[in-house]
Amino acid sequence: MRLDVRKTYKLFIGGKFPRSESGRTYELNDHQGKFLANVAQASRKDARDAVVAARAAQSGWASASAYNRGQILYRIAEMLEARREQFVAEIRAMTGVSSSKANAEVDAAIDSWVWHAGWSDKIDSVAGSMNPVAGPYFNISTNQPTGVVAILAPQDSALVGLVNSIAPAIVSGNTVVVVASEGLPLSAITLTEVLATSDLPGGVVNMLTGSAKEIGPWLASHQDVNAIDLEGAHSPVELEISAAETIKRVIRANSFSRGDSRGSLQHILALMEVKTVWHPKGH
Amino acid sequence: MRSISPEAIVGSRITNQSLRRWLHSLPGVDKVGLEARAASLGTRSIKTASKAWALDAAIKMMDLTTLEGMDTPERVKSLCLKALTPDPTDLSTPRPAAICVYGDMVKYAKATLKDSGVYVAAVATAFPSGRASLRVKLEDTKDAVRAGADEIDMVIDRGAFLAGEYLEVYKQIVAVKEACKRNDGSYAHLKVILETGELQTYDNIRRASYLAMLAGGDFIKTSTGKVTVNATIPITMLMLQAVRDWYEETGELIGVKPAGGIRTAKDAIKYLVVVRETAGETWLNPDLFRFGASSLLNDVLMQRQKLKTGHYSGPDYVTVD
Amino acid sequence: MFEYSPAPESRSLVSFETSYGHFIGGKFTKPSNLYKTINPATEEVLAEISHGTDKDVDAAVKAARHAYEKVWSKLPGSERGKYLYRIARIIQERGRELAVAETLNNGKPIKETRDFDIPTVAAWFFYYAGWADKLDYAGLGANPKAHGVAAQVIPWNFPLMMLAWKVAPALAAGNTVVLKPAESTPLTALLFADICQQAELPEGVVNIITGYGDTGAALVKHPDVNKVAFTGSTDVGRVIAKAVAGSDKKVTLELGGKAANIVFDDAPLDQAVEGIINGIFFNQGHVCCAGSRLLVQESIQDEFLKKLKRRMEQLRVGDPMDKNTDIGAINSKAQLEKIDALVRQGVAEGGELWAPQCELPRNGFWFRPSLITGVSPANTVAREEIFGPVLSVMTFRTPAEAVTKANNTPFGLSAGIWTEKGSRILKLADQLNAGVVWANTFNQFDPTSPFGGFKESGYGREGGRHGLLAYLKGGN
Repeated sequence: MRLDVRKTYKLFIGGKFPRSESGRTYELNDHQGKFLANVAQASRKDARDAVVAARAAQSGWASASAYNRGQILYRIAEMLEARREQFVAEIRAMTGVSSSKANAEVDAAIDSWVWHAGWSDKIDSVAGSMNPVAGPYFNISTNQPTGVVAILAPQDSALVGLVNSIAPAIVSGNTVVVVASEGLPLSAITLTEVLATSDLPGGVVNMLTGSAKEIGPWLASHQDVNAIDLEGAHSPVELEISAAETIKRVIRANSFSRGDSRGSLQHILALMEVKTVWHPKGH
Repeated sequence: MRSISPEAIVGSRITNQSLRRWLHSLPGVDKVGLEARAASLGTRSIKTASKAWALDAAIKMMDLTTLEGMDTPERVKSLCLKALTPDPTDLSTPRPAAICVYGDMVKYAKATLKDSGVYVAAVATAFPSGRASLRVKLEDTKDAVRAGADEIDMVIDRGAFLAGEYLEVYKQIVAVKEACKRNDGSYAHLKVILETGELQTYDNIRRASYLAMLAGGDFIKTSTGKVTVNATIPITMLMLQAVRDWYEETGELIGVKPAGGIRTAKDAIKYLVVVRETAGETWLNPDLFRFGASSLLNDVLMQRQKLKTGHYSGPDYVTVD
Repeated sequence: MFEYSPAPESRSLVSFETSYGHFIGGKFTKPSNLYKTINPATEEVLAEISHGTDKDVDAAVKAARHAYEKVWSKLPGSERGKYLYRIARIIQERGRELAVAETLNNGKPIKETRDFDIPTVAAWFFYYAGWADKLDYAGLGANPKAHGVAAQVIPWNFPLMMLAWKVAPALAAGNTVVLKPAESTPLTALLFADICQQAELPEGVVNIITGYGDTGAALVKHPDVNKVAFTGSTDVGRVIAKAVAGSDKKVTLELGGKAANIVFDDAPLDQAVEGIINGIFFNQGHVCCAGSRLLVQESIQDEFLKKLKRRMEQLRVGDPMDKNTDIGAINSKAQLEKIDALVRQGVAEGGELWAPQCELPRNGFWFRPSLITGVSPANTVAREEIFGPVLSVMTFRTPAEAVTKANNTPFGLSAGIWTEKGSRILKLADQLNAGVVWANTFNQFDPTSPFGGFKESGYGREGGRHGLLAYLKGGN
């Protein structure tokens, strides 16, 4: 008889797996109330470190070719597929859903990565424009990532909602600081293990587990965060007011559906900036 | 004469390579920006006293021109008389700066104008194409100078320029300048026609301007009037920028002469605005700015009459030339 | 000497009423709660304007809602488009009158209102008119929907042009609008009301309510407004973003800027000089995307500044109605005081102030076109939006340093690049955090071309297909 080796669920910041600098954890029980794990409870300082890591990674990730970003997102789908049993087990442990339901969620999550991967090199073809200005000028509008995005992930989704929050942000070159669902965090941490083995540069996705209520306000007011997704926010109105201080882009809760095997281009574009470039034409 | 040598300006012995390096190191010209600035100056509204000043200035800066195969001594004489008395109804009307003719007509012009103060300018160097041997071009020039031309309007070798033979273009100008020398050691004034319509790009025009100034031209002139595109406001503005910057670098004042296609007083005033706002007041002077034109004078005279009488004038109230 | 004689545009091309009410439901209300609007070049009172109350705002929103429900949302797009074409044509027909009115009330030169503002206004309506029956191609799928009632608050720097940027796409998309012009420049908006009447635009589709900031605040907070569009300062943008938090209102904000205009040593220098001049002195520098920070490569600093100063000496400051005026009046006493205070601070922090010694009129509000050299990125004049004819000059050594300095601001509206090297332009255009990048040109605008900011310069775009999207929601 052998005792299994349990996993320590840690944060994911800058491509590394630190414990919370606060040393805090919270106890997660399964759907029947039985102890599952001690999950790291991120602090505002962890959030601060995560923003620094996200900012450091942003220009590199944005300047990777769209083809490269697409391949990495597709690689994430491959890695997720390879570890589907683990995700199914964790989802079932946390929520108690049937195997077929848990499998369906993992299917949707994998397919969503694939769907998003394909967008990376098509966004500008569809949403950019060459503008026929009334003068001798070349004039083009492209879409560029907004920068660092804070995501308060949906509280009621273990995996697919999380994927449908992260993928539309990073496909275009944003980097993200995610606060995972407080009640369903295990698949979020396992997802970071997938990300860490998918050639995704460190710092592109930073995962915090803990309380969105506690961390959300620090991210909403952080001056180096360019956008915030309030899907899983505890008090969205206050956060929106706080985000207004630096004119952050805000995705209000329920703006986009996040339960499917595909996302929405408008969601991707909500985290992008249109840049218009002019140049004279003449010899 | 200039105090700074061509070698010092170029920063090297004068070779085709050093000229190329020097000319190609000049700041580029953005066509759209240049033309936008020219268009914006074109909207200046010149009224009353400033208009009266500008009309008289335009006449004083005019090279009244006839360059036709059908020119005759009588025709040239008639034009010279027009220059001496532009408006018989108003003897306060100023005279043009010069009469511009072919070399063989210089003697007739000179005979009429004598020492009236109206100069005689002659086109030379196988005008307008410039396609002749250097020997012929120099003889052409010397002929005109001997006949009494005060000013020589030469053409550059555009073929050589476009082929990148900058040294050849340079040497020809230097040689023509030398051919302008009179027996008494003085020089006829040399205007160097770039034929901007054939150089086509603004970058070429800027480089040709610098090459002509380096070689000793006293004026840089846009056009012969014999090709499709002649003087334009943007081209003239670009050449004014060149003489302005040249003056700052060398202390040498070079003139600018737009020629061809300037037919109305309104156009002429636009050019004067460009002179004022590009090179500055110094260039608002017949020694440094000329119009090469044939039909411009009468339109200016009609505008002048309008200002004086308050009524619009008509072609029957100015003299044909 | 060739001095330009005065060439004044005729004041008689426009006549104003003594006082104006609001334009609600297709009619002007009785003037009430009046304040004076002036000509900032002379301080002459032009008319008395009604300061809108909550009640006025409510009436305007109700009129807009009624028009939306009963008329505008039921009209086919092709018919909405025809109204917009009508408006575009009337603006062209009354162009000179509108130009004179704008110059009188704003203080900007007649040259600009005549050749830029008003033609751009007409072009904007003409462009969006064509979108009205093509919304299926806007990018939201088939049958996108209007939001409903749009609340629009605009600034004083381009009064009628900002109205066009807001009203044209809103109406094309099928919204009805309540627009509040800036308190100091309401007159062309009120003339626009007359144009709506001439175009027989259905009553209540466009409503114009005048007043101060409190009127605007009441408008954006009104519960029956579906969409808020604001152009103005970042400070007010913050207030608006907070005011709509938690509501379903869609918001677009076009806010302040502190654009870098970057000149490399291989730039087309004479055109770069023009671009810098146009970038900061166009409209007295009252431009959110003004190129207010000159970043010049250190190796050409002296030569370039010499050219720039010589060019600045040609600028003609004075009577905005004179056709030869390049720089008109500062729009208000308050703005003049703000510019003056910031410039003083710039000098106190070690900057060196230079301005041509042009004569200024005795009455009205004026500021000489100015350069502040020796500015470091830490100085106030390198960071705060001055919104006046004042250029802060800094240097850089390498492209990377230029990008770092250009991006070192919370704003991100526009940027300029001057170099003859194409690949450098494309790289910098990628790296600059700005919504509009002008390379070898500056301050170009076109209805087909999206305009708007990154970061604290706001969100959403105006112009082009992207500008239309701000007034639509997903179809089915």
